[in-house]
Amino acid sequence: MSTTDSRPTLPSPRGSLSERILQALRTDPGGLVTDAAAVALAEPEDAALTLWVLQELSYRGFQDVPETAEWEPPVLAVRRHLQVDLEARLRSRWPGHQVPESDFAEALLQFIQDDDGPSVASYVHTHATEEQVLELLRWRSIYHLKEADPSTWTLPRLTRGPKAALAELQYDEYGAGRPDRLHAHLFAEAMAALGLSTRPGAYLDECPLEVLEMNNAMSLFGLDGRLRGASMGHLAAFEVTSSVPSGHLVRGLRRLGLAEEIVEYYAEHVIADSVHDQLATRLICAVLAEDEPEQAEDIFFGAFTCLDQEARCARTLLGRWGVAA
Amino acid sequence: MIADDVTLDDSGETMVCPGGPLLLRGVSSYTDEAGIAHRVERPVVAVCRCGYSGSLPWCDSTHKRLPPDRRPS
Ligand code: FES
Ligand SMILES: [Fe+2]
Ligand SMILES: [Fe+2]
Repeated sequence: MSTTDSRPTLPSPRGSLSERILQALRTDPGGLVTDAAAVALAEPEDAALTLWVLQELSYRGFQDVPETAEWEPPVLAVRRHLQVDLEARLRSRWPGHQVPESDFAEALLQFIQDDDGPSVASYVHTHATEEQVLELLRWRSIYHLKEADPSTWTLPRLTRGPKAALAELQYDEYGAGRPDRLHAHLFAEAMAALGLSTRPGAYLDECPLEVLEMNNAMSLFGLDGRLRGASMGHLAAFEVTSSVPSGHLVRGLRRLGLAEEIVEYYAEHVIADSVHDQLATRLICAVLAEDEPEQAEDIFFGAFTCLDQEARCARTLLGRWGVAA
Repeated sequence: MIADDVTLDDSGETMVCPGGPLLLRGVSSYTDEAGIAHRVERPVVAVCRCGYSGSLPWCDSTHKRLPPDRRPS
């Protein structure tokens, strides 16, 4: 284990399933004994934490897990059980949506903009304390320290038009060739300026089920090529609902006098996501639906899941802060 | 209307988004109607067409909060 390794170590277990699997990952991943019943019986938070750890093996992994663990069959078997469970749960929440016969991009935009979930950003704009904002940022850091990565998994699964458009969008997320402009890096710099840890997953132990599930859903949609429509629909909803709330955050962060780096991070998203939302709806999702009509409904499913997960996190956070949502 | 008369400094491409901005791809600067050149650092930029952006000449998604009949067509 090198001292310059920027990867995290495994988080704390949250029940008997994660306890057993984390232990096996540290010592002998290939020797893990799969027990489908134990996986099925795990408490939601225990299962979500386990899936988060297993999917993380496909990103940068952990200092204390051998890199061979990602592809060990018994480890993959547990991951697969948990992914199937998660997808079934997400689909059970999805009320369905008629696939539009014309103007897919407008219909998708409308569907996303009709969402009226609670807004943490509006609360930050006018009321939140510094302590509350730091909590929000610690929860968001699970995603933002690897911002854009989950959608990148979808790139090789796409047809020509959506592939070119996603590559263009991601190029901007990844700093357009400049390492110091990577969005994940801008977020890390802001975390450091606020005195917070920049190690990915550093705050995982304090994140509730809703944050784990939100991250797990994005990784699932990205990693499973069958779910490419959901992955791109999720991306579209994320981008369409980013710019205006980022503007609220900019004003809230200024009101509190927080570090300029975090103000800059959100100010960058006001402008960048006014481009990304157009690319995601018009050049990625609408063309994907045309090229692969059987993916069209899943685009809406992915968009719904993004909005639903965001609303669940917002209700949990605002509830903790004693704000009615 | 802003950005009706786009001046591109090189062989950029454009795309009009109904109700929203004008996207410009592959330009290194954008000259607004007052003749002021703005440096472009992204692969694609969104130029405001509604006139209400707080970050002109760029779109900041203010158009999303306009009633549909006030959005650019
Ligand atoms: S067109 Fe988007 S803010 Fe004006
Ligand atoms: Fe970003
Ligand atoms: Fe974005």
